[in-house]
Order: sequence, then C-alpha cells, then structure tokens
Amino acid sequence: MTPEADTTPEAGTTSGSAAYGTFAGYTTGEPLADTKAPKGPVNERWDTRRFEAGLVNPANRRKHTVIVVGTGLAGGSAGATLAEQGYHVVQFCYQDSPRRAHSIAAQGGINAAKNYRNDGDSVHRLFYDTVKGGDFRARESNVHRLAQISVEIIDQCVAQGVPFAREYGGLLDTRSFGGVQVSRTFYARGQTGQQLLLGAYQALSRQIAAGNIELHARTEMLDLIVVDGRARGIVARDLVTGRIDTYYADAVVLATGGYGNVFYLSTNAMNSNATAVWRAHRRGAYFANPCFTQIHPTCIPRTGEHQSKLTLMSESLRNDGRIWVPKAKGDDRPANEIPEDERDYYLERVYPSFGNLVPRDIASRAAKNVCDEGRGVGPGGQGVYLDFADAVRRMGRKAVEARYGNLFDMYRRITDEDPYTVPMRIYPAVHYTMGGLWVDYDLQTTVPGLFAIGEANFSDHGANRLGASALMQGLADGYFVLPSTINDYLARNPHRSGDDEVNDEHPAVQEVLADTEDRLRLLLAVDGDRTPDSFHRELGELMWEFCGMARTETGLRKALERIPQIREEFWRRIKVPGTGEEFNQSLEKANRIVDYLELAELMCLDALHREESCGGHFREESQTPDGEAARRDEEFSYAAAWEFTGTGDAPVLHKEDLVFEYVHPTQRSYA
Amino acid sequence: MKLTLRVWRQKNAGADGAMSTYEVDGISADMSFLEMLDTLNEELILTGDDPVAFDHDCREGICGACSLVINGDAHGPERTTACQLHMRSFEDGDTIDVEPWRASAFPVVKDLVVDRTALDRIIQAGGYVTVPTGAAPEAHATPVPKPDADFAFEHAECIGCGACVAACPNGSASLFTSAKVNHLNVLPQGAPERETRVLDMVGQMDAEGFGGCTLAGECATACPKGIPLTSITGMNKEWLRATRKASRR
Repeated sequence: MTPEADTTPEAGTTSGSAAYGTFAGYTTGEPLADTKAPKGPVNERWDTRRFEAGLVNPANRRKHTVIVVGTGLAGGSAGATLAEQGYHVVQFCYQDSPRRAHSIAAQGGINAAKNYRNDGDSVHRLFYDTVKGGDFRARESNVHRLAQISVEIIDQCVAQGVPFAREYGGLLDTRSFGGVQVSRTFYARGQTGQQLLLGAYQALSRQIAAGNIELHARTEMLDLIVVDGRARGIVARDLVTGRIDTYYADAVVLATGGYGNVFYLSTNAMNSNATAVWRAHRRGAYFANPCFTQIHPTCIPRTGEHQSKLTLMSESLRNDGRIWVPKAKGDDRPANEIPEDERDYYLERVYPSFGNLVPRDIASRAAKNVCDEGRGVGPGGQGVYLDFADAVRRMGRKAVEARYGNLFDMYRRITDEDPYTVPMRIYPAVHYTMGGLWVDYDLQTTVPGLFAIGEANFSDHGANRLGASALMQGLADGYFVLPSTINDYLARNPHRSGDDEVNDEHPAVQEVLADTEDRLRLLLAVDGDRTPDSFHRELGELMWEFCGMARTETGLRKALERIPQIREEFWRRIKVPGTGEEFNQSLEKANRIVDYLELAELMCLDALHREESCGGHFREESQTPDGEAARRDEEFSYAAAWEFTGTGDAPVLHKEDLVFEYVHPTQRSYA
Repeated sequence: MKLTLRVWRQKNAGADGAMSTYEVDGISADMSFLEMLDTLNEELILTGDDPVAFDHDCREGICGACSLVINGDAHGPERTTACQLHMRSFEDGDTIDVEPWRASAFPVVKDLVVDRTALDRIIQAGGYVTVPTGAAPEAHATPVPKPDADFAFEHAECIGCGACVAACPNGSASLFTSAKVNHLNVLPQGAPERETRVLDMVGQMDAEGFGGCTLAGECATACPKGIPLTSITGMNKEWLRATRKASRR
C-alpha cells in the first residue's frame, strides 16, 4: 500500500504559506479502487458477490473469533448474526450495557422500499433517491445493495417484535420523510431508533446467554493490533479498573459510530467518540471523505456557555410545521405578534415544490443564511421558527398531539415553552458524519481483516445522508452485508491455528501496548491548568466556525494553522486528575480529545482540498449564481481516501473514482 | 443561582462512602441537572479534587444511563430522567442531595455510578424473540391489531435505567421485567415463547437478589417513561398462566 510519495501540483497549491503559518499539506498517491463489487447489472451484483464469496464450514466457524467493537444498530446486529452463524464473537461497548448505544436516540424512522403504499416506490427509486440525495459522491454498487436489503430489514425487525406503528387493519404504517416524495419510512412513534436497537440488543442478549458472545461492557478500545499487515486484535481499557488488556481475533469489526463530537456540541451522545476509527487510521486504514458532515436543521438552539450537547427534534416535524423568520432584520417582537405578511416562510418561497421538506443540508444552510442576515430569532439570533399554528388549525390539536406529542413534550421540558401556542425555535446542529473509514464492497478497510460498518464507514450516503437512512444502513451492514462478506475473508483461513499465534510477547503487540500505556501516563503526568472540556470546547468552536455549514479557503487555512497550536497547548496544559488504575472519566475524555485534535486537522484538510460544494460540504467559492451548492464533477467525482503518515505530517491522498452508470449526475434541484 | 450540594462520594465498590458538601454558584435555570454537575466537576478538576463520577451519555432522556437519586427521588422531582431535569425546578439557595441508585442488586462502582448488569441478565434469560437473522417471514404476513401494537409499544418504551428498582422499598425489578414480558407476550411474534419467557425472566430476577413486589407503586411513580403499575399485574397473570400450564404437563 505504499504510495508514490511524489509532490504533485496539488500539494504545491495546498501546502501552508507563511501568511497562515505552516501545515504540512498533502501528497497524492496511487488511485484506489473497489475490487470486490462484481461487474454486471447493478441489481445482480449482490447476488453474484454472495455466490462468489468463500464460505466457512459451519463446523469450523466456532474456531474463528471475531471482535466486534460497538453495540449500536450496526454492531449489535452484526454481533448477534455472526454468533447465530456459529462464530465466536467477542464484543465491546464503553457503556454499562449494550442497550445504551447512541442509535437509541434516533427518532424519525427507517426507510424501506416495500411500496406498501403503492405510491410508485421501488428498490430502484430508493437507490436513485439515495445516490441523488448524497449529491453523487457515493458508490452505486453499495447504494443499490442497501436499497435491496432495506425490505428484509423490516421483515427481520417485525419478527423480533419491534412495535412499529400500525394502521387499524393491523398493517404497518409508513410516512414520508425528509426530502423524498414517497411514503417509505417505517416508524415507532418518535422512538424508532430505540425500538430497533432494543431488537438488536435482544438478539444479542440471546447469543450472550447461549455463550456465543463474550461481552465486555464498560470497556473501551484504545488501539488496533496489526500483525504482518492483518488486523489481529485490539487493545482495550476496562473503564472500571483501568486495566489495559489485549484481545485477539481472526478479524476485527469496528461499529463505533461517527465522529460528530469533534465539534464538541452535536446531537451525539456525550461519550460517542472517534478513538477506535482514528487509531485504526493510524494503523493503516484509510479515512475517506472526513469533511462530509451532516448538519441537521431541526435542533433546539443552545441557551448558553454551559451547553454540553444539542438535542435533535425529529425532522418529521417539517412534514407539518412551517419554518419562518421575520421579514425585517432585528424584529424582536414575540412570534405571535408578528403579522402574517411580515413573516418570511423562506423555504416555501425559495423551494416551492419541496417547501419545508428540502434535504437537510439545504434546510440547514438556508437557516444559517437568514440568521447571518440578522433575521434570526431567540437568544443571540441563532434560531428560526418552526410553527405548528397552521397544523393545529388544519388537523386539530389532538391530531398534532398524536403525531408529535412526545417531541413537543421534550421541547417544552428543555425550553420551558409550549409549542402548541408559541412556535418552536430551531437551529442546525452537527448530527451525522458521512465520512469514515474507507471500505470496499465487502466493508473491509485497507487493513486486511479490519471491517467497518454503520456510521463508522464512509460507504453509502455520499456527501449527504437522507433522513431515515442511517438506521437502514446500520442494520443492513450488521444483519446482512457483513455476515456474508466476512465469510469470504475467514474462508481463506488466513491464520492457521498453531503456526500463526499472536500473543502479548509479539513485538508488534508490545509496541501497541507501550504506545497506549505511554499516552495515558503522559496525560496524567502533564498536570497543567486546563480541563479536558476546555480544550474540547475550544476545538469545537473552531471547527463549527471554519469547518461547519459553510467553508472558505481562508477559514480552513486559519483552522489548519490553529489546530496544531491547540494540540501543542493541550500537551503542555492539560490537567487530568486521579490515576489510570481506577474509574476515571476525565482520563477517558482527555484521551478522546487527543484523537479529535488529529482528526479535526484531516477534516479541514479534506475540506480545503475539495474545492467544490457537494451535499453537506459547502465551499463558498463554489456556488451557483442563486447561491446553491455547485459540484465540480470533472475534478472531484471521487471519494478522497487519506493515508496517515504521522501526527502533523502530510497525509497521502488516494482517489477512488466514482462511476455513475445508472443515476446520471445532475445538479441537484429542489426548487 | 447558588446551591449547596451534598453528594455521595465513594472511591470504589470496596470503599466506604459518605456525603460531601459542595457550593456551586452561577447556575443558570436553563442548565440541565447534569450540566450543573459538569460545572461542579470543572471546578473540582482545577482545584485538584477528584470530580464526581456519574453515568450519562445521550442526555436526551432515552439511553437510560443517568441514575441519580435527587433529594430522595429517583431522577429528582420531575417525571423525567435526570438529564432532562432542568435547574428551573430548583430555587436559589437550595440544598440538594445527590445519591446513587440504592439497591442490593446494584452495587456502587464509584460515587454515583452503579452496576446495573443484573438488568441485562434478566433480558438474557428470555427477553427476546428467537428469530435468527434471515428467518423472518414477510412483515405483512401477520397483521397485529393496533391496540395490541400500541400496548406493546407502551411497554417497549422502558429505557432500562433502573429508577423503578431505586424507588422500590423492596428493591424489586418487577416493573422493568414486566415491561419486557408485556411488550413481547402480547405480540403474535412473541407467542411461541410466552410461557418460558415469563418463567425464566422472573426466575432470573429473583436469582439476582432483587426484592419481591408488594405493589407499593413507587416504581410507576418514578418511571420516566410512564410504564404503568398494571404492567406488573399483567406479568403476574402471565406467570400464573405459565405456571399452571407447566404443572399440567
């Protein structure tokens, strides 16, 4: 995998100039290709791949150990399914129980091309919508497979007892969701993620009880063990005792979620983190499209400095709520006193056919624009109204309550305002990361034996994810894709037991262990004068300003200059109380920030190098005359996979060209 | 606002614990209870003290991680989780007691953090439908009457926080266990394992050292998701039915 370390013209244009301090820029290596997706018609590729993939004899499966890190929708479903197949699964989560993974917080729903509504939906339409919604930056083969599998997911979850919403006839209800014109979203009130996760958790629990899964809760992966170029295990810390241990396996699956917490404030759980994927990246796994982050338009605005995280309100609210701001700048009258003709329903005005249901990136940017114009509402002018007055008039309060009651309750609890009588205030917040570890069609990273599933990989959503597609992808990867493709890797029997043993004495393992222990020891030894949170908040504010909803070359260069300085200050001034041999939440936090401080730099570099706008990545320099994102397909129709070369050193860019045979790239238009 | 906190401090499972008193100032009414504790911890770190350990994650009231007894009530004065409790529920100058879940089946790990893995083992005993991946029939093959689906959902809402156990004078996990029994037993998909599920889960609950249920009703009052007390009577009915059926065999 050693690339040509040449200095291309691109490296010249992007490396640091004196005016902006120095950052290392990047070099361009050999292109990257997915060699696993079969050729032929897109709708036959998954069948072909499953047929051509190697199989492991059922009697031999228990001889293979697979490590699964994470117990969310992807990890939970993968662990359960691999164990059902007969593999020996060793599974990890940092929470006290696998049921608490952050998939549980997903509200809106899960897409599936069932066409139960007879409204023109099909596998091909879901495939088309996802490729288009992702702004033509995803791989067609993967997305088509996702659409195919979507229908099986619903069957599986219903059989598990997931209590989806039903009609009076006893059949499943569906609704339309964020940016699509068919009703293909299955839901369980505003708690779809919870119900799907509990389904996976229960399947996992059955396998734990059967002795097929060895679960390590409150245990966090701190590094990846790579021996002779293959992933062979992990280093993990018992968060209760502080003990650092090694765990070995024939393959390692990362299902550790996204990296939105780089921004400090996001809708992610407080402890969601990027350490597993970043450590894997440092050990050789390429990181793809790190700048593709999704800013969700309907979150509750922040109230002050003390804010520790942001809360999402399901975007299903946009089905019936109308978004507006005052027409006049600085209009600080209460919402109900602003007459109808002095309100600007800006989404309905600018996008008449999609109105309030435009994709997330468009809705978010539009909100930012009206706030930047000085027409924002609420504290600091960082908010827009989401108004249900019309919905209450049209359907009656009872119907609104039935549909959104729990969301309204949550809003009232947090803001102390009643959304039935006063319009909600919303503002965009970091929500999901489309980027992640580069994987091929088999979901294998560039490190053989290391797989990444769910939000941890980059594969299916391109530059923007559609609503209700994250749950679909997590479960598709975990229940159906990985359990098929990992067989092919294990069938080659890469580690014949006996002559290929890895243990703690192996030099490669010694090196990883020493590295981990040194890092924690150093964090405890600095004994400076700043808390972990203070650094995290500083980094987050920088990223939100310069690598958030709108990005510019100047801003990104500023961030790239600043991040190494924060990193340097971190190692000089961090204060972590206590010891490493105990339950120490400050140490956990500080160790995660070490990785954010490196990942943030790669995100900014990726954003700087991608001199186009696409999906969630909006470069102000690249827009259409009417202010929409302008893609530059001729130069940037590729996934950017980055190879790590050292902290602060220039990474190597490997491009995977994207070929569109079925969905012809067009400029997205939602007008 | 300015508050006096009396917080349970305990170094680890083996150590003795005690209440320690802290003053916090500059607390905003818009803060969540956990953000108020964050503020305290930031100060403790800078003064070289050990910050207060507490479980938390989603801070949206859905993951079930937070587990604080506030002024004697599980999750505090409002019917919600501690992460969704806001400081506007308190007055300037208040003294607030913060303790961990207290139950013999939930040993303290550190400070306000307890070990709730006993709840996981109750689910492992039978809180699932045996349907390996790929074995599912088409979703519409079995219609489920809407009232049954709604009943299942209302019980499936349990977030597994353990407030019911903490609130119960007997330290019983009956509400937690019954929520899952009711969720799955009412559905056609859960019917084949209806009897073994309730017998095994109740058996595991007893084996974990949870107390018995005397229908005191504190659990349903503390439950942030509003799982009703009738859930337990429903479980008892299922248990009786299963026991009779087993004795006939």
